[in-house]
Parts: sequence; structure tokens; C-alpha cells
Amino acid sequence: MTVKELAERLELKILVEGDLGREVTGCYIGDLLSWVMGRAPEDSAWLTVMGNINSIAVATLADVSCIVLVENAALDENARQKAEMHEVNILLTQENSYHLAVKLHELLQ
Amino acid sequence: MSNAIHLHYDVSGEDFTRAGEASGLVKKTLKKLGYNTDAIRRVAIAMYEAEINMVIHAEGGYCDVDIYPDRVEILLADHGPGIPDVDKAMQEGYSTAPDNVRTLGFGAGMGLPNIKKYTDDMRIETTLGVGTNVYLTVVVKA
Repeated sequence: MTVKELAERLELKILVEGDLGREVTGCYIGDLLSWVMGRAPEDSAWLTVMGNINSIAVATLADVSCIVLVENAALDENARQKAEMHEVNILLTQENSYHLAVKLHELLQ
Repeated sequence: MSNAIHLHYDVSGEDFTRAGEASGLVKKTLKKLGYNTDAIRRVAIAMYEAEINMVIHAEGGYCDVDIYPDRVEILLADHGPGIPDVDKAMQEGYSTAPDNVRTLGFGAGMGLPNIKKYTDDMRIETTLGVGTNVYLTVVVKA
């Protein structure tokens, strides 16, 4: 499934459009950046409340397919700019990580 | 060795906004050179953690990266305060980072342990009041 399909199926708002054609093969949840960076699998959708500039670096380095900001977490303006520069997909939902992950799991089955 | 590709980056100590630039550029370079994704990921993560450390603790520094066909060697050097107890700093969860760093998602005491985890060799030279040199090697498996 692509990031675009993911956004459509789960009704996620696209905040930054990077490469929406990227495949999503899994999901990772976490807000502690060092933890996430070391453990988030490549090509996963990363569910977090951290919308700061360091999140963009972590997403790039861990090579996740998108960041999904849950519970309407805010995206900092400098983070948005950096995401646009590095073509990092950023999506937004009002759901919490658990509920979104359950739905995502069903989609990826 | 003459066949190494040498890269040098200054790490700004001013704020977090530029942290990750050096590791991002090294990642791009390794990708272009066709290194395997595992090695690229390990180099990028180790370097980023080290960059963040330099920003948090040492007001910046520099890194030298030597890319060989079979390994990547990285030196991260700063003129910060030095690490009083390296063994303690290597423990997961031990951190001396200020609170404002924690709100940004760092300062969990994962930096040095992560670096060790993702590299094949790690050596720290540190002198209080003078600075710290961290030497890293990531072996590239074919």
C-alpha cells in the first residue's frame, strides 16, 4: 500500500506531500527520538506526537515512509519547511496511536 | 589510505535545526556510492546521535568521515567539557542533558548506547575541560 492510499483509506490529512507513492509495509509508534531512530523499521508509518524539526531528521535517517502526527499534534513551521526540503510525507489524524495502528494493521493484512 | 573518500563537516552548536545535516549528507553520499542499506542506516544513526550530543553538550564540533570499500570510519571531535564518567555515560538511561532537550524528544540517555549498538567499533577519548573525540567504525558487509 502506498502512503497516498493509506491517507485516503484512513482519512488522514496530508500536511506535507513528499513522495506519496512510497510503500508502507508496517507501523511504528514512539515519541522518544533516539529510541525511534534505532528501532523504527524502514518503510513503516511512524505514529508520533513529535512534530518538531528533529522528527524530520529521524524520519529521514530511519527511512520511514511517512510521519503520522496523531491526536492532532502540532507540526512546527521549521519542521514543515525541512520536511518539504527533504520530501518527507507528513500526515495528520485526530485519532490516537492505538486506534490508528489497529486500523492500519487491518489494512496491511 | 589513498583510496578513501574523505568528508569533513562542521557541526553547528547553536541549535538543533542544523543537527542531522552532516549525517544526512553522508547518508546521501553512501547511497550514491551503492553501499548496502544496513551499513548506511547504521552510519547515519550513529552520526546523528553523535551530532546531537555535540549540540547538547559541547556547543558543536566537527566530524571527519573516511569511506573505504569495506568500512566507514568516523571521527567526531568537540571542545566541550569532556565526559567525567564514560562508563556511566554508556549506560542506557543515564543522561546529563537539560530539561529543554527532553521536550524535544532527546536526553533519554540513549545516545552513546545507540552509537555503540550501531557501530562495530567505538572508542572515546575525553579530557575534562578540553574536549572529546569519538572514533567509530562501521564495517560494510557485502
